[in-house]
Amino acid sequence: MVEAPVLSNLQQARAWAVAAAVPDPEIPCVTVADLGILRDVELVDGIAIAKVTPTYSGCPAVLAIELAVETALLDAGFQAKVERVFSPAWTTDWITDQGREKLRAYGIAPPHKSSNSKLALFGETTVACPRCGSSLTSKISEFGSTPCKAHYQCDQCVEPFDYFKCL
Amino acid sequence: MKPAAALADALITLGDDHLILGHRLSQWCGHAPMLEEDLSMPNMALDMLGQARNLYTYAGGLENKGRNEDDLAYLRTDREYKNCLLVERPNGDFAHTMLRQLYFAAFMHPFWQAATTSADDKIQGFAEKAVKEIAYHIRHAGEWVIRLGDGTEESAQRMGEAVIALHGYTDELFSTTDTMQICIEANLLPDPERLRDQWDQTIEQVFAEAFLTIPEIPFPQEGGRDGRHTEDFGHLLSELQYMQRTYPGMTW
Ligand SMILES: [Zn+2]
Repeated sequence: MVEAPVLSNLQQARAWAVAAAVPDPEIPCVTVADLGILRDVELVDGIAIAKVTPTYSGCPAVLAIELAVETALLDAGFQAKVERVFSPAWTTDWITDQGREKLRAYGIAPPHKSSNSKLALFGETTVACPRCGSSLTSKISEFGSTPCKAHYQCDQCVEPFDYFKCL
Repeated sequence: MKPAAALADALITLGDDHLILGHRLSQWCGHAPMLEEDLSMPNMALDMLGQARNLYTYAGGLENKGRNEDDLAYLRTDREYKNCLLVERPNGDFAHTMLRQLYFAAFMHPFWQAATTSADDKIQGFAEKAVKEIAYHIRHAGEWVIRLGDGTEESAQRMGEAVIALHGYTDELFSTTDTMQICIEANLLPDPERLRDQWDQTIEQVFAEAFLTIPEIPFPQEGGRDGRHTEDFGHLLSELQYMQRTYPGMTW
């Protein structure tokens, strides 16, 4: 879990708030803070340094996210720099409860907490339909519309939906 | 050789495995037998490319010769690529592609697992992420190998043919180069030889469910780690490098 850091001054708090409000380019219902990929915003010598971590190694949105965070800080009047950090590696456990609720409302089943065994062959986890709540769902494909999602279908209301994979 | 130079060289070798396999997988884009697989294949390719980019970028900085990820990916000659032969094998049918992916992923999973305790914290960071991504590849490819091996008469026959065609290339996964050896001794990278039991276990488990047998391989195929590639590799490179060779220095 990434908490907003204890902030020593108002400017730093404002910089965090500005960066934290940036929406994810592929799933715009959640912000970078909801996803837990904004790790820190620090003011060093008047420059706002935002630390961002990628979700997946090959996430094509990484550059777009970094640019959006930088632009938001610049627009708010900060000198800005974005650093990419790899360690500790992001996990879906860092998605906030608020972020999970937003995903569900948007029609994406939020990830399970990391109990899921990703290695188990045919290792199914019950994924509840984000629309009707039914747990009678089937996996259509392990890989969905973006690297972070799998493709499911609800057997109750028959709607297809995305499941944000547990990582 | 200085440890930084050895590490750079070893990471480029590892990056080559990922770049070339990623390119092979991306060749399925638009050709897969169903829409779901048309999404899976580029997604797995993206994982491979993302891992290659991390490795190349870090290696480029370490070797300090001014080469970035693009120079390493696009501007070397065939003999300078040190990927193992397995990853350059043609896609063939679905049986070949999924078996190749299973063989590679079953190796990389314990590799990244062990690399999470590397003495280099950058590598630790890459490994923590990659180990979870590659787990999905084992699951996805493993399920297909089982589905085809335990499927129709024709799918079982084709799966068996893929095993005969590819199994002889798996030994090279466990070989090391001189620079890898330096990195292993410095606890920067895991020793592939120590991952063999875990690899065997994964493959045996899948093969048992798929009704496949592990063939005897009297003469394992290798050479990629020395830059000696199969004929198919030249064709792959000409496609991969086409844009940079035609318009040198182009960017999007
Ligand atoms: Zn439903």
